[in-house]
Amino acid sequence: MSSEKKLLLQVSDLSIVFGGLRAVSDFSMELYQGELVGLIGPNGAGKTTVFNMLSGVYTPTGGEIAFWDRQGRVHVANKKSPAQLNQIGIARTFQNIRLFGNLTVADNVRIAMHAQRKVTPLDVLFRTPRFRRNELMMTLRVQTLLSLFKMKHKEHERAKNLPYGEQRKLEIARALASQPSLLLLDEPAAGMNPQETKELMEQIAFIRREFGVTILLIEHDMKLVMGICERLFVLDYGRVIAQGTPAEVVSNPQVVKAYLGEEATGI
Amino acid sequence: MKNKIYRNMAIPGVVALFAVIVPAALIKANVINAYTAQIITLGGINAIMALSVNIICGITGQLSLGQAGFEAIGAYAVILLTQNCGIPLPVSIILAALVAAFFGFVIGFPTLKLEGDYLAIVTLAFGEIIRVVLVNLKAITGGPNGKQFPTMLSTDFVWGSTCSYLTIVGALVVIIILLQNFVRSTYGRAILAVREDEIAANANGIGVFRYKMTGFVIASFVAGIAGALYAPFIGFIKPDLASFNNSINDLIFVVLGGMGSVTGSVLAAFVLTYLQEFLRFLQHYRLLFYPVILILVMLFRPQGLLGMKELSFVKAWDGIPGLVRRIAAAVRKRGGTAAERRQADE
Repeated sequence: MSSEKKLLLQVSDLSIVFGGLRAVSDFSMELYQGELVGLIGPNGAGKTTVFNMLSGVYTPTGGEIAFWDRQGRVHVANKKSPAQLNQIGIARTFQNIRLFGNLTVADNVRIAMHAQRKVTPLDVLFRTPRFRRNELMMTLRVQTLLSLFKMKHKEHERAKNLPYGEQRKLEIARALASQPSLLLLDEPAAGMNPQETKELMEQIAFIRREFGVTILLIEHDMKLVMGICERLFVLDYGRVIAQGTPAEVVSNPQVVKAYLGEEATGI
Repeated sequence: MKNKIYRNMAIPGVVALFAVIVPAALIKANVINAYTAQIITLGGINAIMALSVNIICGITGQLSLGQAGFEAIGAYAVILLTQNCGIPLPVSIILAALVAAFFGFVIGFPTLKLEGDYLAIVTLAFGEIIRVVLVNLKAITGGPNGKQFPTMLSTDFVWGSTCSYLTIVGALVVIIILLQNFVRSTYGRAILAVREDEIAANANGIGVFRYKMTGFVIASFVAGIAGALYAPFIGFIKPDLASFNNSINDLIFVVLGGMGSVTGSVLAAFVLTYLQEFLRFLQHYRLLFYPVILILVMLFRPQGLLGMKELSFVKAWDGIPGLVRRIAAAVRKRGGTAAERRQADE
């Protein structure tokens, strides 16, 4: 598979130390364009920390992240700010939802298109035709994105008034608005009921096809992970303990040990 | 679509034009006396200051306690520019505001990178530093005695009050329009995103520091304009203009009007400025009543008069037909019942 597909992200020996705690050590991974990969592991394994390093929230203390943007240029991603990483094509959602609560649903999505603006501050102050064209372009794209998630009728509602499941979907819509080539989803199905999770699985698969975006997701819902991910990385105590197809991973004794513990001996 | 755009511009435009021209005409015709005119005009200055505080506290979400410092910089700068450099007043008002904006940039650079309340402490100190510098720099600022600034606005008693009203409320209207245009654009939304959630804003491609700085510099610029208009209007300024009290006073307008609401803070600035004067009949009890009113408003309306909402003249205009119909229906109903009653009497 790797021979024909283009490399998108190459992480080598990534580590981060908080005080005396080594939260993640020697984390390596390769992502190819168009893949859907899962990152799983028990609580506190360091999954979100990996995400925070990939999206620039934390600066890694060791290792390197290389990222190929849409133009094929390679960027060293471990020294960039989250805003810069977003502009070269890495978008993310958050485990604890972080929407712009007091703003409308449409504005939440529009904000992520800020980097694609085709206006100057002067256009904005004097409402030139260029400003109106830009706003129209943004509005149309917002509406397309929202209708993908069946939320178009809610575009004027405040984000904080949405039900939980829709807040999660809005976060994904917002992340897609920046036209990313890599989408990082941090527990997208957390707090959703089985029906919503099923819908979400279909939507994630659809997004990948429609937007040609590579997706890396953290998830606790094993059904979702097994159902849609092509490859899995299993993290425990900040280290990768297994990787491979879902079938390979679940039969790996180390993974079973990490999740369920060891069989008691000598009793 | 086009029609809607014109309507959205025309209705507030007409309201703004009335707000500027009608009182100005009344002042000229002496229907509004010079004393009231002075209070209303002062309300205009305070409204510009309230806008400045609103930009940094309500829209950008950073607490600044030193906006009066920027106002003082604007006021002293306009005097120096006109009297010592001989620059005409309209140009020096803009230049003075730019000087204030420059100070905003300098203060913001080290502090806006920090999270939390550092900006509040630094701006608080900044206001005091400005005040102390103004007191001690006697050669330029006239020291604690302040500085006289006789201009046409403050010396001409025939046209003075009309002219200052027109200039100041006109400036206020222009600032509101440009500010609203800015806030309702992709740049304004970027600043609002920073207020709502810095981490999420950053993850969505918005340089947090850059937009905090933009908000802070704009706020300083607007405060500079307020100061630059205040000096020629009052004709005399003192270093006390930069005092902490003054900054808090401006903050009160915004807290009471609604953080983040442009119309709310402007309205509150006018109402509270008038209230402070109106309460003068209570003599020194005034200092008791004013805070009590503020406390009561905060108790019953902690989000401020308008909260984060805006007064919309377009919506009000759209609401008129409905209102008329409802009134007509009510009148008809009452008429109907009266007729029925008469029938019953017969």
